Amino acid sequence: MPNIVFVHPDGAREELEIAEGTSVMQGATAQGIDGIVAECGGNCMCATCHVYIEPSQLALLPAMSEEEDALLDGTASERRPNSRLSCQIAVTPAMGGLVVNLPERQV
Amino acid sequence: MSIAHTMPGSSAPVSDADPFSIEFFEDPHRIHDELREAGPVVWLIRYGVHAVARYAEVHAVLNDWRTFCSSRGVGMDDYATGKPWRPRSLVLETDPPEHDRARAVLNKVLSPAAMKRLREGFAAAAERTVDELLERGSFDAIPDLAEAYPLSVFPDALGMPQGGREHVLPYAAVVFNSFGPDNELRREALADAAPHMAWVAESCQRGSLAPGGFGAGIHAATDTGEITPDEAPLLVRSLFSAGVDTTVNGIGAAVYCLARFPDQWRKLRADPSLARAAFEEAVRFESPVQTFFRTTTRPVEIGGVEVGEGEKVLMFLGAANRDPRRWERPDEYDIARRTSGHVGFGNGVHMCVGQLLARLEGEVLLGAMARKMGAIEISGPVRRRYNNTLRGLASLPVAVQPANA
Repeated sequence: MPNIVFVHPDGAREELEIAEGTSVMQGATAQGIDGIVAECGGNCMCATCHVYIEPSQLALLPAMSEEEDALLDGTASERRPNSRLSCQIAVTPAMGGLVVNLPERQV
Repeated sequence: MSIAHTMPGSSAPVSDADPFSIEFFEDPHRIHDELREAGPVVWLIRYGVHAVARYAEVHAVLNDWRTFCSSRGVGMDDYATGKPWRPRSLVLETDPPEHDRARAVLNKVLSPAAMKRLREGFAAAAERTVDELLERGSFDAIPDLAEAYPLSVFPDALGMPQGGREHVLPYAAVVFNSFGPDNELRREALADAAPHMAWVAESCQRGSLAPGGFGAGIHAATDTGEITPDEAPLLVRSLFSAGVDTTVNGIGAAVYCLARFPDQWRKLRADPSLARAAFEEAVRFESPVQTFFRTTTRPVEIGGVEVGEGEKVLMFLGAANRDPRRWERPDEYDIARRTSGHVGFGNGVHMCVGQLLARLEGEVLLGAMARKMGAIEISGPVRRRYNNTLRGLASLPVAVQPANA
């Protein structure tokens, strides 16, 4: 299973194995990572699983839907060019070592 | 006993439970437990429908709109064989791709960015509500708090006409009773529905809605061609149907939980930033929206049971939200719980479009209570309100102390 690296706002790092096909959000919440709330449970409806992806790795991710794009305009922490919703990132083998930075706030 | 059904029975475990009865409304948990333990799918012999009560199956049905459609109605009535009692909802009672076009308009009007703009005003209104109630000391937390607060913010946010707002709650009660079987609750609700329906229909017209509100925002989508002028009033109607009674019962559930679980109330008072989580956990714990139906579009197997095409399947959201297969200590109200994945707002493409608004209302109201109120005591008989879909109270008398008492 690919390893995903979560970096908390204070710099603390946690590395998790997440099964292919599982979303980064599901993998993180199922394994108890703090900092991802996912109020809507992965339906791309709430913007509380917001993450900042390491810019050099953005190309590994699936394209952003219109819905995700619109939701990112309402995130609690500022939207940046590398903002994504982690429920919309299904893990692929190529994502091994993906670095996911957690925002200060989700709500 | 007769089964109003052409299918030669079902291989699912049979239950004679009536989830639309007073007995059930008073205590659904025992029957939920029986239904969950009977199997992944059960046959409700009284109504001749299959039902799912375990989390995994409820979640799966909610997330498979191709097999379990909404366009044949999300109540017991099958729109393929009977006329809907009102014009079909453009979101609740449609399937993709038709559904998605209308849903996109609502998503925009109720987006996280829109909620940010509303937050300050909603928070100020919550402070006022809580201050007034503290002055009184004793009050009925259903009309005076759970109804009063949403009614102080939502109708204005929608842009409802000022006159006639007393129709809002009765109209919603009709809508949510209509999803049930042809029982007394539904018959009485529909018999008295005409004046409420007439007011709502008139209020959904473009000229009736105040500028700047959700309603005007929906009508504005006709100018860009996202929806047609005929569709806009129907889409506004969805907010009249589902925008108030749901949050009333959500807030009522939260207050009832906090009054019954004083340790959780203390935890919330110690850290009012848990207010949003306390509301969310109350939605899981009480599941204000208890049930919805889907209709199968093809023969499908659920947990080893063959379900034919064109069959109604009842989903017990409240039972799924307390399924011990999914939740640790499911019958405890725990505001520190990770609630993500609960189905109190549904799931999948039809998941509650107003969930962000509901959370905003719940968060700012419980937050104001946590900062300003001390002990909450239930001070009189608690009475339940009966509805075929909604779970909540009619009366919750409480006595509250100020925080510094």
